[in-house]
Amino acid sequence: MPSPHLKTVRLQADALVIGGGTAGCAAAWLLAEKGLEVIVLEKAAIERSGCLAAGVNAVNAWIAPGREAADYARYALEDAHGIASWGLLLSMSARLGEAVGFLDRLGVPFHRGPDGRYVSRSWRNLKINGGDIKPALASCLKDRPNIRVVERVHALCYLAESGRGGEGALARPARICGAAGLRLNAPELVAVEAPAVVCATGGAAGLYRPNNPGRSGHKMWYPPFNTGGGWAMGIFAGAELTTLEMRFVALRLQDTAAPTGTLALGQGARQVNALGEDYEPRYGNTTSQRVLAWRAETEAGRGPCAMRAGPLDLPARRALTRSYLHMSPMQALKFLEGEAAAEEAAAAAAAGAGAASGAGNGHREFSFQIEGTEPYVIGGHTASGYQVDESRATTLPGLFACGDAAGGAPQKYVSGALAEGFIAAEGAALYLAGLRGKADRPPGDAPADARTPAAGPLEAGEGALASLTLSRLERLLEGFASGPAPAYGPEDLEEAMQKAMDLYAGGRGSGYRYGLEGLREAGRRVLGIWKLAFALKAETPRSLSRIWELLERLAVARHLIAHLAERTETRWPGFGEYAGHPGPDPALELFINSRLEAPPFVPPEDFGRHPPMMLRRSLADSRILDGPRPSLAEGGQPGPLFPGPAVPGEGAPSGEGA
Amino acid sequence: MSVVFEPSLCVSCGRCASVCPGTLLEAGDGRPARILFPDDCWGCASCLKACPRRAVRLTLPPALGGLGGLLSCGREGGRLVWRLERPGREPADFPGDPEGEGGY
Ligand SMILES: Cc1cc2nc3c(=O)[nH]c(=O)nc-3n(C[C@H](O)[C@H](O)[C@H](O)COP(=O)(O)OP(=O)(O)OC[C@H]3O[C@@H](n4cnc5c(N)ncnc54)[C@H](O)[C@@H]3O)c2cc1C
Ligand code: SF4
Ligand code: SF4
Repeated sequence: MPSPHLKTVRLQADALVIGGGTAGCAAAWLLAEKGLEVIVLEKAAIERSGCLAAGVNAVNAWIAPGREAADYARYALEDAHGIASWGLLLSMSARLGEAVGFLDRLGVPFHRGPDGRYVSRSWRNLKINGGDIKPALASCLKDRPNIRVVERVHALCYLAESGRGGEGALARPARICGAAGLRLNAPELVAVEAPAVVCATGGAAGLYRPNNPGRSGHKMWYPPFNTGGGWAMGIFAGAELTTLEMRFVALRLQDTAAPTGTLALGQGARQVNALGEDYEPRYGNTTSQRVLAWRAETEAGRGPCAMRAGPLDLPARRALTRSYLHMSPMQALKFLEGEAAAEEAAAAAAAGAGAASGAGNGHREFSFQIEGTEPYVIGGHTASGYQVDESRATTLPGLFACGDAAGGAPQKYVSGALAEGFIAAEGAALYLAGLRGKADRPPGDAPADARTPAAGPLEAGEGALASLTLSRLERLLEGFASGPAPAYGPEDLEEAMQKAMDLYAGGRGSGYRYGLEGLREAGRRVLGIWKLAFALKAETPRSLSRIWELLERLAVARHLIAHLAERTETRWPGFGEYAGHPGPDPALELFINSRLEAPPFVPPEDFGRHPPMMLRRSLADSRILDGPRPSLAEGGQPGPLFPGPAVPGEGAPSGEGA
Repeated sequence: MSVVFEPSLCVSCGRCASVCPGTLLEAGDGRPARILFPDDCWGCASCLKACPRRAVRLTLPPALGGLGGLLSCGREGGRLVWRLERPGREPADFPGDPEGEGGY
């Protein structure tokens, strides 16, 4: 078998943005505005990559005149049943208007009333013709001398500089100083050295068995190409992740996973069960309660449930179809096919009756069956992702995160992702300025604060760890390139992982329910699949990327399982149910965070034994719901480290659960 | 399978392949475009919007309630015009974004 024989190419910049999606474009743009040299590494091509590929028909995070940032933050906190960071929500909410203005200036068509004002669907939701929102957004990075967009490169791992130098310093990186990625269309490894890195790789789809079977497996709501890669990189570098257990299950139109909000907000559609009952009021109105409503009705034998709107006249039906064309082309195709078939049936009936037909212009009811999706992990809808502070700095110096990759602040949507991109860019720019200042100062007077990078030269990548990581990565990739291939491929292992997660970690197939023993079984299977993955062989960079995506998902799945086991309550009933722990536990109004104790930087073959995973709880600064609002500094204090709940691999990994 | 190429219309410009968010397509070098990983398609229609010739069409698999129709996309004066083709029927055009849209 020919090996891809990767050639390593080195690039340098002031700042590296990983992922040129919504948040990444905003971050790169602002970093460049500040005069910094920026490189964007993007797995696809920024013109249509990420969540915005198909488009969106609304900006879901906006604050109408007369309302303030705190109103939005409060709404998001309540929707998250109290598990979100007030400080993070507030800092994001304060910049939503700016994000909307940014899109407007880039030419995204907002609907405007006769008075020139935006047309809104509610106090926090604006209508747009967003079918081409991503090309419009991506245009902000075009033709700028200090931005270099490197496309079709799958970022694989961070590079870091070690504090004390030498191999022994592997345990704690002094600071992140770049990343290495695989070019998908040439046998090339791209190593970017940059003293500040912004991770904007989105969330993770494909951890669970998807709703749509077999050949339609990628017809899911969240982009199947967002595989949790940024989190896997963080896991391997020892970054802290938060609240992964708050999975997102979306209530969507069946088959196409198209959002229901367009019908609900636009046409006043309601959820109805098979008996025609409008059951929503019985369950409450948070995102998770609306999913629960569908599930409970279905489990009680009152399904199928549907979104019902109308009867609608022809112009209304056309407008609705159009709005889906801006966002969910498959659903629009379904509308169009359905309309055409209905018109023909009506014409045939009219011809049979000998009457002239005006059937196509008549009123017609729109009714579409709904269902919950497989669970995703997404920091833009829930609070999962990198543990970040208000400048969107992660727990690793030099590394920032924003958008769906950043935790703590749910309900971001397009505008919140942009807002966080701005904040992360400002945080990274300040950090760079600090580094520069420090480089000028005599060594020795740098404070020992963990978050402050060790004094050192600004030229990144000279540190022992950076080259060590790179050579380790090269060796690991070589291993995938040579030797006999096993009888299974990455797709087979992906299926096995999705099955394990579905059955034992609360997938759709198990009614989103799980228990401790099941989670342990899921953990064992994930580690077993991990081992098998190391025997996989790749003939092309593209197939190597496929293997890596599998490793990313497995790494995130392992942490997710540990988080699920740790939160012994049922806080978000629509998103999941911990058997034996019905309802929320007031003692668990806190964040659950995890990280690897001794970062291996590149995926270790024996993930079960080495390195141990640490979990910690930290106070949720969400008490504002019934008290004064603490600042992040008061409320976000880390709790004591305590041993993990054991996601046992074979033979109880040392350090875990110890 | 969810995108279907019509080789007789394709001019091998490579636009579809250059936008696909999943890096699933191959086009250029005078060869008609094709999908390398048909089961990996998300159905986002990015390739449809990029194609200058309506040479790539989206179809909804029967497992998802599809009836065999093909959706393509063209641009007229900067506006998207979608088209539904169904076996044995006249193609029907559907303008994507007329002026002053706001009715949903
Ligand atoms: C189908 C759908 C419909 C939505 N509709 C709406 C709506 O109507 N209104 C609204 O406000 N919000 C909507 N949202 C939410 C909103 O679009 C997202 O929350 C937001 O765009 C997320 O931005 P992001 O930058 O975090 O992720 P993305 O925009 O997905 O960006 C992630 C980027 O990282 C790249 N990437 C991933 N891994 C790697 C890697 N290893 N190396 C390099 N690059 C990598 C990806 O290719 C992608 O470009 C919708 C989301 C979806 C999925
Ligand atoms: S529909 Fe989207 S994912 Fe599928 S081939 Fe076209 S661009 Fe790629
Ligand atoms: S964009 Fe259309 S014409 Fe160009 S290569 Fe693709 S299918 Fe062919």
